[in-house]
Amino acid sequence: MTITRQAFFRMTGLAALAQAGRRLMAAVAPRRWAMVVDAQKCLRDQGCTRCIQACHRAHNVPTLPRPNHQVAWIWKERYERAFPSQRNEYTAETFKDKPVLVLCNHCDNPPCVRVCPTRATWKREDGLVMMDWHRCIGCRYCVAACPYGSRSFNWVDPRPHLPELTADFPTRSKGVVEKCTFCEARLAQGRPPACVEACPDKALVFGNLADPDSEVRKLLRARYTIRRKPELGTQPQIFYIV
Amino acid sequence: MRDRGIILTGLALFLGLVTFPAWYNLARGATSRGPDIKLPATEKQCVAPTAYMRASHMDLLVDWREQVVREGNRTYRAPDGKVYTVSLTGTCMLKCHTVKEDFCDRCHNYAAVRSPYCWDCHVDPKLVKPLAHGSAAASEPRPSGSGSSTLAGPLAYARGSVSASEPRPSGSGSSTLAGPLAYARGSVSASEPRPSGSGSSTLAGPLAYARGSVSASEPRPSGSGSRSAP
Repeated sequence: MTITRQAFFRMTGLAALAQAGRRLMAAVAPRRWAMVVDAQKCLRDQGCTRCIQACHRAHNVPTLPRPNHQVAWIWKERYERAFPSQRNEYTAETFKDKPVLVLCNHCDNPPCVRVCPTRATWKREDGLVMMDWHRCIGCRYCVAACPYGSRSFNWVDPRPHLPELTADFPTRSKGVVEKCTFCEARLAQGRPPACVEACPDKALVFGNLADPDSEVRKLLRARYTIRRKPELGTQPQIFYIV
Repeated sequence: MRDRGIILTGLALFLGLVTFPAWYNLARGATSRGPDIKLPATEKQCVAPTAYMRASHMDLLVDWREQVVREGNRTYRAPDGKVYTVSLTGTCMLKCHTVKEDFCDRCHNYAAVRSPYCWDCHVDPKLVKPLAHGSAAASEPRPSGSGSSTLAGPLAYARGSVSASEPRPSGSGSSTLAGPLAYARGSVSASEPRPSGSGSSTLAGPLAYARGSVSASEPRPSGSGSRSAP
């Protein structure tokens, strides 16, 4: 009926060891996931939605008839809307009114996490802003807090609007907020996010910011990048090459 | 007592009607029969002893949920040492209980338990049309450079992270914490000749305890912690 003393000490010891080990690993090999979006490459084929399709299929994201019910993890936004502070009368023709790929920025200082009353959303140690849909009560504070519109609320049951279901991933239920999770389930298997894999032009590059030799860091060194609404201090971790 | 006949007939009728469900079930032989569940053909042993699963599978599932979503720990070592990938649809359903109606639903219906809300979100494999899904994946015009890009992905990943994040199913060592826990759980349910009513509550005690110690210890995703632990 009770746990033996030995089992208790064994468990406690292992737990302490695991905790110490975790700290050690975090110190030795830190991780900070981030993405670089090459907006120039992305503009070459403006009708391409492969990344969006791949993501939404992999995560059972529905296509809803009413636009104000729409749920999206990754989508295209007009340049002026994606980068309002960059807008001016003389915005270069290359970007004026052109679509830019946007998704959750997995901010270093995520406002959605600060407002969540149930800790259904939180920032993991690898910087990923994660969601626990089991715990979401649908208060939509996070939707209001996110300055990028990255979060969608399920106003209706998504199931009837999914022509095909992917078994690997759950759907959501009515009354729950959802957003991009950087494909954390795929990361756990050592695979890159679905959108990155689907891009034929490699316009999306994913990697570890904490590693100076990673592909994202190399790109950030080589190219000039901008971020969405940096003035808000959220430290977004999606970088755009423009 | 001139109305004796009427009164007695009425009483008999009333009693007969009131006790009808009992008689009906007796006559049908429904009361003595347990739920008619279909056991998986491929596997003999569940992730925990049957008695434990029967009484506390929901606790196990909640525990799994917390481990995967909050801790990022996706492997589970069963009391018999086998290592499973923690996934309701992927492991429980696709590997064993392929038809939800024949297993989950039959028992829940028998026990008059409302179908749990797990299935509001988690996918019953029956709902996945394998053909439609397969053909969609096949017909999707694969980007030409996809081979190299998929290669570049994991590579970049491995370089970036010392590939720390995957406690792979094969790497049984990674779930050291789940091990003793599972044992504690297993031994509880095994050593306890479980009487019907109190069983689940006696089980809940050490379980809750064990679970508490897990969440306190936080074996972190990455397997980074648990890997260097042993």
